[in-house]
Amino acid sequence: MATSSSLDAKIPQGPIETKWSKYKSSVALVNPANKRNLEVIVVGTGLAGASAAATLAEMGYKVKAFCFQDSPRRAHSIAAQGGINAAKNYQNDGDSVYRLFYDTIKGGDYRAREGNVHRLAEVSGNIIDQCVAAGVPFAREYGGLLSNRSFGGTQVQRTFYAAGQTGQQLLLGAYSGLQRQVGMGTVKMYNRHEMLDVVNIDGKCRGIIARNLITGEVERHGGHAVLLCTGGYGNVFYLSTNAMGSNVTAAWKAHKRGAYFGNPCFTQIHPTCIPVSGDHQSKLTLMSESLRNDGRIWVPKKKNDTRPGNEIPEDERDYYLERRYPAFGNLVPRDIASRAAKERCDAGYGVGSSKLAVFLDFAAAVERYGKGEANKNNIANPSKEDITIWGKAVVKEKYGNLFDMYKQITGEDPYEVPMRIYPAVHYTMGGLWVDYNLMTTVPGLYALGEANFSDHGANRLGASALMQGLADGYFVIPYTIGSYLAKEIGTGKISTDHPEFVRVEKEVTDRIQTLMSIQGKTSPELFHRRLGQIMWEKCGMARNAQGLKEAIVEIRALRKEFWKDVKVMGGKNEFNPELDKAGRVADFIELGELMCLDALTREESCGGHFREEHQTEEGEALRDDENFMFVSAWEHKFEEEWELHKEELVYENIKIAQRSYK
Amino acid sequence: MSWFTQTLTSSIGKKLVMALTGLFLISFLVIHAGINAMIFYNDGGETFTHWGHFMGTNPIIRTLEIGLVAGFIIHIVDGLMLWKSNAAARPVKYAVNKASANSTWYSRSMGLLGTLLLIFLVIHTAHFWIPNRSNQFATGEELNLYQMMLEIFQNPLVVLIYVLGCISLFWHLLHGFQSAFQSLGLNHVKYNGLISFVGTAFSIVIPALFALMPISIYFGWVY
Amino acid sequence: MSAGNMHIKLKVWRQSNSNTNGGFEDYSLDGVSPDMSFLEMFDVLNEQLIEKGTEPVAFDHDCREGICGMCSMYINGQPHGPLRGVTTCQLHMRSFNDGDTIVVEPWRAEAFPVIKDLVVDRDAFDRVISAGGFVSVNTGNAQDANSLPIPKVDADESFAAAACIGCGACVAACKNASAMLFVSAKISQLALLPQGQAERSMRAEKMVAQMDAEGFGACTNTGACAAECPKEISLENIARMNREYIGAKLSSSNV
Repeated sequence: MATSSSLDAKIPQGPIETKWSKYKSSVALVNPANKRNLEVIVVGTGLAGASAAATLAEMGYKVKAFCFQDSPRRAHSIAAQGGINAAKNYQNDGDSVYRLFYDTIKGGDYRAREGNVHRLAEVSGNIIDQCVAAGVPFAREYGGLLSNRSFGGTQVQRTFYAAGQTGQQLLLGAYSGLQRQVGMGTVKMYNRHEMLDVVNIDGKCRGIIARNLITGEVERHGGHAVLLCTGGYGNVFYLSTNAMGSNVTAAWKAHKRGAYFGNPCFTQIHPTCIPVSGDHQSKLTLMSESLRNDGRIWVPKKKNDTRPGNEIPEDERDYYLERRYPAFGNLVPRDIASRAAKERCDAGYGVGSSKLAVFLDFAAAVERYGKGEANKNNIANPSKEDITIWGKAVVKEKYGNLFDMYKQITGEDPYEVPMRIYPAVHYTMGGLWVDYNLMTTVPGLYALGEANFSDHGANRLGASALMQGLADGYFVIPYTIGSYLAKEIGTGKISTDHPEFVRVEKEVTDRIQTLMSIQGKTSPELFHRRLGQIMWEKCGMARNAQGLKEAIVEIRALRKEFWKDVKVMGGKNEFNPELDKAGRVADFIELGELMCLDALTREESCGGHFREEHQTEEGEALRDDENFMFVSAWEHKFEEEWELHKEELVYENIKIAQRSYK
Repeated sequence: MSWFTQTLTSSIGKKLVMALTGLFLISFLVIHAGINAMIFYNDGGETFTHWGHFMGTNPIIRTLEIGLVAGFIIHIVDGLMLWKSNAAARPVKYAVNKASANSTWYSRSMGLLGTLLLIFLVIHTAHFWIPNRSNQFATGEELNLYQMMLEIFQNPLVVLIYVLGCISLFWHLLHGFQSAFQSLGLNHVKYNGLISFVGTAFSIVIPALFALMPISIYFGWVY
Repeated sequence: MSAGNMHIKLKVWRQSNSNTNGGFEDYSLDGVSPDMSFLEMFDVLNEQLIEKGTEPVAFDHDCREGICGMCSMYINGQPHGPLRGVTTCQLHMRSFNDGDTIVVEPWRAEAFPVIKDLVVDRDAFDRVISAGGFVSVNTGNAQDANSLPIPKVDADESFAAAACIGCGACVAACKNASAMLFVSAKISQLALLPQGQAERSMRAEKMVAQMDAEGFGACTNTGACAAECPKEISLENIARMNREYIGAKLSSSNV
């Protein structure tokens, strides 16, 4: 592993408040006649991809968009529950662009780039305007104006939402804009197509190789720029809150063709998910962070206590978050809440059949709300039963859909017994390294949304993922892509007959052929599970040097075994989910190795990355700003070999400090 | 295609036509049932014949009758067209289909009920309307419909057919009445209850009234 | 861990591609846990099929939390199985009994051709949206979000219609394979909002025309769609669409 620090993020000069506006007014433009001759390929149709494809088409570019699902509307942005942040200050509670910028940098544990984050905060308000204009039915107050709620890590109410389905509503908004362009013929949509490689010609990205998942046909698609909006790689852990199809393949192929991978080890573990119920488990389901507003988290004081939660008396309960963090209590940020749950379970205090769960209890909230209702209705001495009934009604109104979902999945009634929750992989802050223009280290190849590494540092705040995806697609890329495409107007149509297209296509088909011909004994699914186990055990919520070193050895062995023993059923020239899965798992295995390498190299604890060697006496994360205030950008060299490039992080507008929530 | 035919041949347009003709036929049922109910005066058909004569000779009513025939034909033809296009929308059927879990059998059987009603209509018009109108056309004289009823409803098989026709009408109306309002877009939380109540009541009262006529004659309650 | 002990018999539709005829295959599955989701039960089946060297059953699925709308099985004669307001991925085996025989078929509709096994092609829905299911507002044109107050009841009703996940259960359940609940949900969402007013007539006309062109059937108001909709979209939306369409046809200047 070699290292260098040669990365230029191309942040515009000048004060932070004017960087973006100055950039916008000085960036090169492409005239409308030329835009018609420039083709842009957009891979992935989540918030970032759908908004980018629609916007670029509106501007006049010829756009081709790809998604592996049966419709662009299925992208996993749809599953986001809580909301989207914007510095509108509609609540008059002192919010501002600077505060959103500051909260995001601090929440990211000082590992994000100032210039990008400030731009994100600047455009956040425009996103809400755009979405409302497109017909997104956000929650409103009786006066007809937009409603806001608060989220973790902030002291203002800046989160816009649509019940517990904000991601769905935003995606459907972006999707409708995309479908409008499809109808007008300005976007050519390729559903059920998976990108399997990028094609670079003379140092520039000139297209992709994609496979039609219905017919199995491998296709070449040329373009003057390629945008990867392909989401995160949380499924490297096998079990995560990601969709079953979410994968790293597009980003990984780009990485192997020259795009650096930024901070791969930064993963977010969400504290409130429904625990694993058995070996059959295929994915994990999130319970919105908003539940921590009213729920109290606890474990029994006695080890291996098997009594049902509601039968354990008050003085035998350990409300460990309130005990450890009296100032923030149950509302500490995600990374801290997750680690605390793991600590208790590891120490033997876990609950449920797996012992890998803690209680999230609404009994106190029910009583508090019940008494409040009694007061409201002037009832002096309400009975305990009445208080419970009224309290449950209030809780139902606030969280009814989440309680129903919990009951549906676990078969337990959370109104009667405390919920069981456990942390789960949720989001990946790491991703393809991009500069201020969102361009990767390959000219003409861009990464947007969760697929890039840029805005969340080492930990993402709630309701910021939707904001970033739409910011990148609606308001950033339409400007920044001009600086590149303005120089491409003389290129002419990209011919897919170029030898490089032929060569890359052959590599893709050869790999498919290899996967099909191994015919070993183990299904791709089982390899995926084994990879997930390694990653979760050794590169999960807590990591140490020894574990990571072991993990690298194990993953390498797994990779070799995979290519000897994988069994892919079906044919290659037909609809074959097994083949799709095999290709994705093969890429996850390679990524897993890089994640462990990155985690091993980052000898500090920050945000979602917790190295057990680097903690305070109280067990809190210990950052090392002197030696690690940089972005790790990994360049792929050969199999099992990467070179580390460092992008130093400079904080000119924010004073860095140790996070404390005590 | 002009916008007009385009509208009426669209999926919603066809439903619109079904709803409008259906409601028109419903209004006809009110008149028909009302006048026929005159037999229950049991005055030897005097009141009935008086009104029957009015309906058979009044020029406005006779003109409207053309509309009625057209209404029947359009309702039937449009229904058949819908049945055909709806069947084509699912060429492969389910092996197992538990439709009872999500809808009532009669709402799914409007085509079948309508066909039964059509058969009944042929029998019924062959009994009364066609002979009467042909006679009027040929001789200018009306037939004694009351007498014809007394005779025809002596046959228990005919009575049975008429009762079965009325039962078909009941189920057809039970869905059709409310369905027409839904097709016309008349669905409002304030009035849904009313539409539902009136629809159900209408579906019971009118067919029951009709069914009572052959039964009463057969058993000699009306003579 | 909950090692399961249910025994389940399955009759699953198998079809290689859209050009071949399919048929039912019988499978028998032991050790099914009541805590498994229906799709996890299929995962187990597929692992067993792979072990035996048989091609696994292809089925659509993605988020597995009931929101993406990709899963689409017709289970024992009902789309998304026996429970109300639940997608197949959120259906759990505790809703079935030990020893049950479960018949699983793909959505059946002319407009949803079978791609393979239980996977169908729902592109028709995308084309219907392309015909008019949007507000034509280019990025950057928007005014301040709060400059346009919208009554909460309208916003809430619009949201309830917008909750549609586009799974196609309405089409699958309808005896006429009608897509009216899906189409009306989008028409309603935008008709209820001031942003949707400018294109209101055109939207209704174009979306309905596209819906018809795709080969969906007409609505006979049986209510099966709303009863089976996993997001419980209301039948009232269809009435609203009828109003919108008839009104548009009578008043628009498109001749």
